[in-house]
Amino acid sequence: MGDRAQKSPFNLSVAGKGHGGSKDAPLASFASTGEGPGQDDIRPVRTVGAWLFSARTGGVLLLAAIVAILPLFLPNNFYFDVAIKTALHAIVCVGLNLLIGYAGQISLGHAGFFALGGYASAILTARFGWPGLVAMLAGAVGVGVLAFLVARPILRLKGHYLAMATLGLGIIISIIINREIPLTGGPDGMSVPALWVGPWRLTGAVTWYWISGIVLVLAVWLALNLVESPMGRALRALHGSEVAAETTGIDVTRYKVLVFVVSAVFASIAGSLFAHAERFVTPVEAGFLRSIEFVTMVVLGGMASIFGSVVGAAILTALPQVLAAVHDFKHLALGAILIAVMIFMPKGLVPTLAALWRRRVG
Amino acid sequence: MAEFLQFLLSGITVGAIYALVGLGFSIIYNASHVINFAQGEFVMLGGMGTVFLMAAGLPLFVAVPLAVCIVVAVGLILEKFAVEPARDATVVTLIIITIGASIFIRGAVEVTLGKDFHRLPGFSGDAPIMIGGAALQQQSLWIIGALVVVVAGLKWFFEHTRLGKAVLATSHNRIAAQLVGIEVRTILLVSFGLAAGLGALAGILTAPITLTKYDIGIMLGLKGFAAAILGGLGSSFGAVAGGIVLGVIEAMAAGYVSSAYKDAVAFVIILGVLFFMPSGLFGAKGAERV
Repeated sequence: MGDRAQKSPFNLSVAGKGHGGSKDAPLASFASTGEGPGQDDIRPVRTVGAWLFSARTGGVLLLAAIVAILPLFLPNNFYFDVAIKTALHAIVCVGLNLLIGYAGQISLGHAGFFALGGYASAILTARFGWPGLVAMLAGAVGVGVLAFLVARPILRLKGHYLAMATLGLGIIISIIINREIPLTGGPDGMSVPALWVGPWRLTGAVTWYWISGIVLVLAVWLALNLVESPMGRALRALHGSEVAAETTGIDVTRYKVLVFVVSAVFASIAGSLFAHAERFVTPVEAGFLRSIEFVTMVVLGGMASIFGSVVGAAILTALPQVLAAVHDFKHLALGAILIAVMIFMPKGLVPTLAALWRRRVG
Repeated sequence: MAEFLQFLLSGITVGAIYALVGLGFSIIYNASHVINFAQGEFVMLGGMGTVFLMAAGLPLFVAVPLAVCIVVAVGLILEKFAVEPARDATVVTLIIITIGASIFIRGAVEVTLGKDFHRLPGFSGDAPIMIGGAALQQQSLWIIGALVVVVAGLKWFFEHTRLGKAVLATSHNRIAAQLVGIEVRTILLVSFGLAAGLGALAGILTAPITLTKYDIGIMLGLKGFAAAILGGLGSSFGAVAGGIVLGVIEAMAAGYVSSAYKDAVAFVIILGVLFFMPSGLFGAKGAERV
């Protein structure tokens, strides 16, 4: 496959050592493009400043700060709603990026997992009276088990065959949701009860803004930790070459299955939150186009860049709302922008801009 | 029996369309290793183009070739201005570019031609032919005939013309092809033009049966992709076989099992096949190079 950055075995063995003590330089890890801990950047953390500016602390703090400040600039509920959708899409993309950007496995079916989470919450609370959090958990576990069961045969496939299989899985889920009308409401969708946590009934755009914002920060923090764990290094190694990774003792299948399950569970939880936040789910959420949107967000923001996924999700969720001003020309503009960004910034927005920034700073 | 024959005939008709779309995927994949997600849009453009050219007063036999030419031009433009500038990008990036192109084309048609369903008249009238108790639409014969002509034409093109042989050489080994003096960029253009033309043809042929609309390209594109994958990516024979198999299975499933789940059946079959034959039915078994 010519689509993967070539890595020398030497680099892999560095990546596989486990405790290299490597803390990427601040902007390098913002933009880490799956090159493994680059040799240039391996330096132990010495100062509080370096700790603060590392992606895992500084980046997360910055994201938390943005989440905290943003409401000041949101004039009404409509904008809060866009922000909620942005955060929830970003959660899916952060998980998906672990799969696509780090492990190098594509999925064109993640909207299926997103929708399964949403419908699990919707159906279990509305039709069976389960408590919201239990339903959400059940959805996440169910999706996790489904992902685990299909992961082994699916991830055996390579490249476009993998794309086809995940796409097929997503479409099957979407068709089932469309057809099982007594359970799901069919193409019209179904309304979802408010989420109760103990005595609190969680409703309203502002409440949900905070919930989705906080979950997003948690998801980003979790993903960044995963990336720098032995699992993250194993993923980057197998991205480079599965055979080489295997010869250095990495259980390739196990890690691929693991990251697939993790990304599916991320999507499921985001879907559950989406269902309760919007109080309504439709099969559109499971559709092929939604899956494509998720992948596009990841690639637009930057593969193997966790913050890139957040940026990509923000742009592609907010842009259609902005473009709604030009109404009929919305899709035309969206397509053109997508093509232009991919031509001029093939690595995605965040890695490209970070590289530019680094060059200017020195 | 008549029932079975009916399902078989409609399955082969639909399958021939999938095969034509799948061939487009296969040709572009061979030349560039890109899955062109705008392939379905070529299909839609072919149908819509013919509808509007005929509405402008052109007779069918002028409108059809003209529409095909327009779509071929769109394919060439797509290659020249969207795929070519990103030559060195990763395959995923190229895929996203073709997705952007498909959104763009759909958007352009939505704005200029509207969101309504349109229908073309059958090429040779709409009276069905009865065979053993099953009705065969005359348009089906056009579709199957077109597939046969296209396959024969492609075979001739790839085996007996310099350009065709150059395309084949490029698909086998791009660097080697370049070394013997083949202009690979031209080959890419040719393959996009060819795929666009095939897609347009599929869209025009199917419009009298299934109607056409600005967004029909999505599902037809997916089915064509599925056909190409089922047969084994890159194999032209595989794409045709995959398309026919897919169409027949779908028609049987719709007839005997559940019409609501006919689309799902196709994808279940594909998952099943891929689980046991990871390179499709006729695909080359690949080994990873280290």
